[in-house]
Amino acid sequence: MPEEVELDLSVDLCGVRLPNPFVLASGILGTSETLLEKAARLGAGAVTAKSAGAQPRRGHANPIVVDWGAGLINAVGLPNPGARREAELLAAAKAHLAPLGVPPKMLAMRGTPDEFAEVARTVLRAEPDILELNISCPNVHDEYGEPFAASCAGAVSVVEAVRPVCTVPLFVKLAPNVPNIGRIAADVVAAGADGITAINTMPGMVIDVESGQPVLTNRSGGLSGPALKPIALYCVYEIARAVPGVPIIGTGGITTGRDAVEMLMAGATAVGVGSAVYYRGLEAFQHLQEELTAFMRAHGYTRVRQLRGLAHRPVQKPQEVPEQ
Amino acid sequence: MKEFAPLPLQAECQPALRPTGPFGLVPRPLRVREVQRENARIRTFVLDGELPHAQPGQFVMAWLPGHEEAPFSLAYHRPVTLTVAAVGPFTRAMHRLEAGDRLWIRGPYGQPFRPEPVGRPLLVGGGYGVAPLAFLAETLLAVGQQPVAFVGGRTAEDVIGVKRLQALGVPVVVTTEDGSLGEAGLVTKPVARFLAEGRGEALYGVGPHGMLRALAELARAHRVPAQLSWEAYMGCAVGLCGMCEHEGVLLCVEGPVRRLAPGTP
Ligand SMILES: Cc1cc2nc3c(=O)[nH]c(=O)nc-3n(C[C@H](O)[C@H](O)[C@H](O)COP(=O)(O)OP(=O)(O)OC[C@H]3O[C@@H](n4cnc5c(N)ncnc54)[C@H](O)[C@@H]3O)c2cc1C
Repeated sequence: MPEEVELDLSVDLCGVRLPNPFVLASGILGTSETLLEKAARLGAGAVTAKSAGAQPRRGHANPIVVDWGAGLINAVGLPNPGARREAELLAAAKAHLAPLGVPPKMLAMRGTPDEFAEVARTVLRAEPDILELNISCPNVHDEYGEPFAASCAGAVSVVEAVRPVCTVPLFVKLAPNVPNIGRIAADVVAAGADGITAINTMPGMVIDVESGQPVLTNRSGGLSGPALKPIALYCVYEIARAVPGVPIIGTGGITTGRDAVEMLMAGATAVGVGSAVYYRGLEAFQHLQEELTAFMRAHGYTRVRQLRGLAHRPVQKPQEVPEQ
Repeated sequence: MKEFAPLPLQAECQPALRPTGPFGLVPRPLRVREVQRENARIRTFVLDGELPHAQPGQFVMAWLPGHEEAPFSLAYHRPVTLTVAAVGPFTRAMHRLEAGDRLWIRGPYGQPFRPEPVGRPLLVGGGYGVAPLAFLAETLLAVGQQPVAFVGGRTAEDVIGVKRLQALGVPVVVTTEDGSLGEAGLVTKPVARFLAEGRGEALYGVGPHGMLRALAELARAHRVPAQLSWEAYMGCAVGLCGMCEHEGVLLCVEGPVRRLAPGTP
């Protein structure tokens, strides 16, 4: 095998080129332009700003994150400075990121479909490369009611409201806790979404038995980290089957390069990275890139795109494996 | 079809994952062994538990179910000791704790103070920032250094932690803004004098941001290294939520202690 062939780690999300497949997931370090730039300098291929609503929001009281053993649980509560400030932040981030070739992505979140459209209009003035709709945050139930991602009709209503005002590729972030995520993906794509981000965190709870209280102030929260990975892989696999060819940002428990390979094989085009920043430190992006590169070299892949969807091929019995 | 040779696990995943174990890093309750009254506003809580690997400058997240969770520097690690100023609802709730009550702790977190390779470090504390200085002094003494401590307060009542430092044999220079104890003026005044006289080769500081900025200035002017502990509102304490960002730095994982190399502009 020839050593040190130039590997192509770049991926394409609806015409937006990412230098590598690792996308800083929303809610992680997305609170300021300096942190978004930091993530890009640390090796992220794209970065996502934290979800924005029309009005500023404070978020939940501490504790907001806990490491419970097989993963994390969080209920940060979508603190954000409001769409107007968020647009400024994004514009600043875009200027910082341009020389690095890393596209910024934007999240929008808010009560009604019309409010989603309003937030989208505001943040799009900053010209992010991609707009991602967070219709699946599990931690703001009390104020916002059931996430739109819980049903096809709910998800479609938001996409239909935002599509007409959205001038960039539109991604929709889906929730794992639905009976048929493939059908929701198919419906939002039919309604005009260009891509899918999957999955958001999984609702959960951790109880402190000494006090008899949930650990999070919000009581429930969203599970992330290693425990989420098999669920995320399954969801992405199902979505890739339901909407073949539609780009997917596969997110959930990706902590090592091998995890990323699994996610790509499940059908993801790019890979979201969140809790890994906890498990691997701020160097997570560097480690993931190195491990992905090592895997590709060891197995003779030259382009990340070659990994996409490999798990969907029919089973090949050993004697049927074609000679190279 | 490509050949799928298994990669050695070590090479695949360097460095190892955060070693949290099967039980993670959930807050665990520690009994309050003793409450020491430092002054009207500040109390020290000695807890029944140890964090043997914690280092001075690191902090823990302390939680009271039904209230809040917030960061506190370790005043000591064996037993876990926190010095807490009552400044708001949560810290006032903490002040109601008595011996036998429980306080939930997770951590330790953050970058600690690291010994500079010098003989005469200066340790500077203001307000409850004095808390970790004795812990720090102990580790510096253990590597053969001769620290001098500077403790500042507005009035004599605000000056805490002097006895603990003196018990270690560390000389302590006390200042108060109103002159009611020790030298009159800000704590940075005697520090500047020591540096000018060549009696200090490194600065360590914990306290209000104004004091830290003044120390950074002094360190620059005298071309000595400084390690300063910066406070910011903290949420997750593990580098995810971004709330503690200070000029692009995540203070919970890249701080709270930040080193300023000598000659940094
Ligand atoms: C690394 C670090 C070490 C600290 N060490 C100590 C210590 O040893 N002793 C001590 O008394 N205090 C320490 N603090 C400050 C302590 O965390 C706050 O005083 C405490 O959170 C106040 O909570 P409250 O509800 O009583 O007050 P509030 O009324 O909520 O706030 C009072 C002040 O505390 C700040 N504060 C509130 N919540 C937090 C939070 N989650 N994180 C950081 N700051 C907060 C507020 O911004 C405000 O300035 C430390 C803070 C940090 C970041």
